[in-house]
Amino acid sequence: MAFFLETLIAGLFAGLMYGLVAIGFVLIYKASGVFNFAQGAMVFLAALVFVTLVERGVHFWVAFAATSALMVLVAIAIEALVLRPLRNRDPLTLFMATLGLSFVIDGATQFFLGTDVHMLDIGIEDIAQDYGGLFISQFDIIASLIVVALVAVLALVFSKTRMGISLRAVADDTLAAQSIGIRLPVIWRIVWSVAGIVALVAGLLWGARQGVQYSLSLVTLKALPVLIIGGFSSIPGAIVGGLIVGASEALADIYLGPLVNGSVSTWFAYILAVAFLLVRPAGLFGDRDIERV
Amino acid sequence: MTTLQDTLPDTGPAAPILSNAALLRLAVVAAGLVVAFGIVPAVATDYWLSSIIIPTVVMGLAGISLNLLQGYAGLVSLGSAAFMSVGVFSAYNLILRVPGLPLPAVLLLSGLIAAAVGVFFGLPALRFRGFYLGASTLGAQFFFPWLFTNYPWFSNDSQSLTISAPRLEFLGYDLQSPVGRYLFVATVTALLIGLAFLVVRSRLGREWMAIRDQETAASVLGIRVARRKLQAYAISSFFLGITGVLWGFAYLGTADAHTYNLDKSFQVLFIVLIGGTATIFGNFLGAAFIVLTPILLDHLVLAANIAYLSDQGAITNLQRVIFGAIIIFILIKEPDGLSAWIRRGAEALRARPKT
Repeated sequence: MAFFLETLIAGLFAGLMYGLVAIGFVLIYKASGVFNFAQGAMVFLAALVFVTLVERGVHFWVAFAATSALMVLVAIAIEALVLRPLRNRDPLTLFMATLGLSFVIDGATQFFLGTDVHMLDIGIEDIAQDYGGLFISQFDIIASLIVVALVAVLALVFSKTRMGISLRAVADDTLAAQSIGIRLPVIWRIVWSVAGIVALVAGLLWGARQGVQYSLSLVTLKALPVLIIGGFSSIPGAIVGGLIVGASEALADIYLGPLVNGSVSTWFAYILAVAFLLVRPAGLFGDRDIERV
Repeated sequence: MTTLQDTLPDTGPAAPILSNAALLRLAVVAAGLVVAFGIVPAVATDYWLSSIIIPTVVMGLAGISLNLLQGYAGLVSLGSAAFMSVGVFSAYNLILRVPGLPLPAVLLLSGLIAAAVGVFFGLPALRFRGFYLGASTLGAQFFFPWLFTNYPWFSNDSQSLTISAPRLEFLGYDLQSPVGRYLFVATVTALLIGLAFLVVRSRLGREWMAIRDQETAASVLGIRVARRKLQAYAISSFFLGITGVLWGFAYLGTADAHTYNLDKSFQVLFIVLIGGTATIFGNFLGAAFIVLTPILLDHLVLAANIAYLSDQGAITNLQRVIFGAIIIFILIKEPDGLSAWIRRGAEALRARPKT
């Protein structure tokens, strides 16, 4: 039983990280209807810039601020060079454009900063401690507190501030939002910037666990099932979807894996997502506007 | 967007122009066959055949496969390469386990197996539309490499899990040389292009386009939407299965599960979008772009002789940046893809007699 619980808990923590990456998708999807494949590349870019700065002796918070500023610049550039020329095009074209964007970001990041794996120490020890018979890493606990705090801040910003309310207006009815004077390009820049900063947080937490390397970029691929399960337009949904994917992947690997000759975590999440689509097409928290037949 | 009108053959009151256009079309087909089977094998060097022409033709065929599904029927697949791998592993096992099966039968059966798999992963299309379909095909993209890696039976218990191409021969002709492999690829491709034209101009193809453009209206017209959608997955996967065999056996000469990875699927998607959705020949322009751009960039880097770029990793990354930027550029500048070039050329030819 303890083994089951520990597997479950480890899976839940991994899922929290999936959810963190998925939040970036949700923000961008809500505001611009784009499934942003480059979110993973943004996680990689942010983490590698941060770790390079810290290795050069820059203070943690200065590096954090500088990387955040860079992500804002990247967001502004993406809006001007990619999104604006492609507005009103079909979603698949926009998706392919972000795929091209991920090539540019991944390539440029590794071209300028190299392809080495960097160890990242963000000052939280990764030691398992005994909590009533269960061994849980302190890192996981602090990381999940950071994620919870981030979600709370985002929820507050989106429900209380003028900017957040404009964003929800755009998500709800773009045309109506424009007609009352909300400027779409500004909203896009802000949303891509926030997604960039969320990517930085995700990059730091993932990077501290696995080392900062190119594979961070591939986390993107798990976001599609997470979003299908949680719903494309809900931030809490992204977290819950992440938790479900993480936990079921971990459990399937342990209990299903031996029956079929090896780890099933590469594809299990997609099967789960398709099953969810059949039962609950809008996802757990999504709007009910999914195109059903 | 390509409208229904662009993709249907010209019909209408302008009878003399139509016959001109039909003649022109016939002439183009004849010229294409002469070039493909006469001039190219006679003129091209082995390097050109093996490294540029064969991959371009095969990837163009992959583009056609996905275009049938995506451009004509309006469905989504992110797992094209998975269906290609099903094709090649089927062909390998058919040749291994059914001795004496002739090459055309192997291709046909591999295509049919891939088609069955395609229908299975296309089943969610009966319940929803749009981007969500990506999930099941993306699942296929991760499931099949896993299957072929974890069950060595598929690669005949080979240590490296790779399968190598069997001797390619047909009716006693040896197809091992670059020219032989090219002729093999070109013949299969020509037949499949013909089949693709038949499909898109038949009732089936028109009904796909009707479903793509207005699904509700299509079902009101009595089109059996669910059946047509599954047929789209079946035919697209049939094409992809055969394409996978060509890629593994005629181009690479060897294959493993990771030859047909997600990158390959995305390349096929790029070919469709860059070449132009709902076109047949545009796919070859897209394929040429995908195959030639890395080679050209290689030569450019060599020619520029940038000393500090001697590191191969840096060159690869620079290529990724340029490749990504070109893709975004084409998506912005040519919404209808490179096939807009073909159409403009054809229009220029057609316009000449009038003036």
